[in-house]
Amino acid sequence: MPFIANSDADRKAMLAAIGVKSVEELFADIPEAKRFPKLDLPKGLSELEVTREIEAMAAKNVTASTCAWFLGAGSYNHFIPAAVGALASRGEFLTAYTPYQPEVSQGTLQAIFEYQSMAAELFGMEVVNASHYDGATALAEAVLMAYNHGGERKKVFLPEALHPEYRGVIETYFAAFDVQFVAYEGGPANAAADSATSCVVASYPDFHGQIHDIKAGADKAHAAGALYIVHVDPIMCGILKSPGELGADIVTAEGQALGNAMNFGGPWLGMMGVTAKLMRKLPGRIVGQAQDHEGRRGFVLTLTAREQHIRREKAVSNICSNQGLVMLQTCIYLALMGKGGLAKVAELCWNKAHYAAAEIDKVPGFKVEGGVFFKEFVVRTPVPAAEIVEKLSRRCIVPGLALSKYDGARTHELLVCATEMSTKSQIDLLVSSLKEVIK
Amino acid sequence: MKIDAKARYRSSHEYARKEGNLLVAGISDHAQESLGDIVFVELAEVGKVLKQGEAFGVVESVKAASDLYMPVSGKIAAVNEALQGDPALVNRDCYGEGWMVKIEPTVASEWDGLMDAAAYEKEAGAH
Repeated sequence: MPFIANSDADRKAMLAAIGVKSVEELFADIPEAKRFPKLDLPKGLSELEVTREIEAMAAKNVTASTCAWFLGAGSYNHFIPAAVGALASRGEFLTAYTPYQPEVSQGTLQAIFEYQSMAAELFGMEVVNASHYDGATALAEAVLMAYNHGGERKKVFLPEALHPEYRGVIETYFAAFDVQFVAYEGGPANAAADSATSCVVASYPDFHGQIHDIKAGADKAHAAGALYIVHVDPIMCGILKSPGELGADIVTAEGQALGNAMNFGGPWLGMMGVTAKLMRKLPGRIVGQAQDHEGRRGFVLTLTAREQHIRREKAVSNICSNQGLVMLQTCIYLALMGKGGLAKVAELCWNKAHYAAAEIDKVPGFKVEGGVFFKEFVVRTPVPAAEIVEKLSRRCIVPGLALSKYDGARTHELLVCATEMSTKSQIDLLVSSLKEVIK
Repeated sequence: MKIDAKARYRSSHEYARKEGNLLVAGISDHAQESLGDIVFVELAEVGKVLKQGEAFGVVESVKAASDLYMPVSGKIAAVNEALQGDPALVNRDCYGEGWMVKIEPTVASEWDGLMDAAAYEKEAGAH
């Protein structure tokens, strides 16, 4: 699209129309001394000088690629095949915005359709949208959807061990709503859902890595007439039963783990899928497969009557958008991995995390919490966990998250994560360093 | 534009027609024609009590989604289940098989406040 600046004549006509003589007059409300303040910036630098300065700053970062990295807690260090970046950065795809015009955007629309199809299979859901800002906003939108669906039902059950930042996002979304959040301990079957409950949220696994009985929670929620939302680790879906198979009505996930760098916290990808029964309540874009008038396959936005450009203030959501590029990377990752590849990644995560847990548990003073876990687990530490994190980080080992960051009472608990990226020697180094650090 | 002479109308294009003690309600022929192909109808649950002007459902066509407003206050006594499987019934026969809800009215005087067929034809025709 050409950008045509307005001409002197255009500006003159516009100024005349509003009865102002000059552009400067528009800024009359700003005191003259403040209009062009002296900024006192340093002199400009050459490209080489700038490169050196930025590189020196970047070298101060502690990154997953240069350390033994055992930090997860919502952001996961997984392998990203080179093909993901190579394909996603092609000029045909790389754009700041998702083009939805079907006559010029068949490639992008097909990529969205394929993303939705693969994610739907992964989740065991019938419909997946494209997409949300991140896992936390996807979950908040899911709760909002269930709340609106529930009519007079004002109660929402959240797990005690939900990611604290996710809880914060949900509470922000609901700041002006008549809603009652109830926290439940342990597995979702412990949520005392009743006729006033719109939904029960299950975390699969929970913030502490624990895998609870998801099916039992579904049965209890449904018996009370409530919807059942499962927030899942999408990598884990590679080996464990999908949330859909276990009775979820709505599934959400953080898609960062699927081919996207941790990027200091974003941009990430909020994934959401629902059963066919709920598809007209689903927020966000949905691309469908269609035929043109000659019977050729094509892709278009579908079920758009839910959306803001048609339904205005009554749209299912006015605060979500497709994370086009991150969604595309996720699509490429899923296609590259396939069912077998994803199962392999999940299996590696499982094995490495369980090896790490077994070895750490042998270190005197350290105790791994019981229960079933996938790639993340809580370790009780003999000294405050925050001290361990600080000391080991100096040795280029990031041992995990000290739970005291979110809960001041949990001083001696460390959340450790291992993925396919964690080598045996890194795990052994972590274990020997834990021994040393408490001496 | 077809008009059901026995029905009364709201300016938001819902109609209501007496059937025993109940009122049968739906959207007018003018409304279905303006909306185009109807692909989905969502209706309130039976037993729900609503006031005149409150939404009893949503009708969705290929180009728009609109709330459906109660022509009079009352309790939803029945909903047309056939619309779930075949929402286009509203396009084909909005006053007959394409009816939406049956209402047990609670404020008798509201019926008199609705437009009769002649008044509605004049108003809708003017658009």
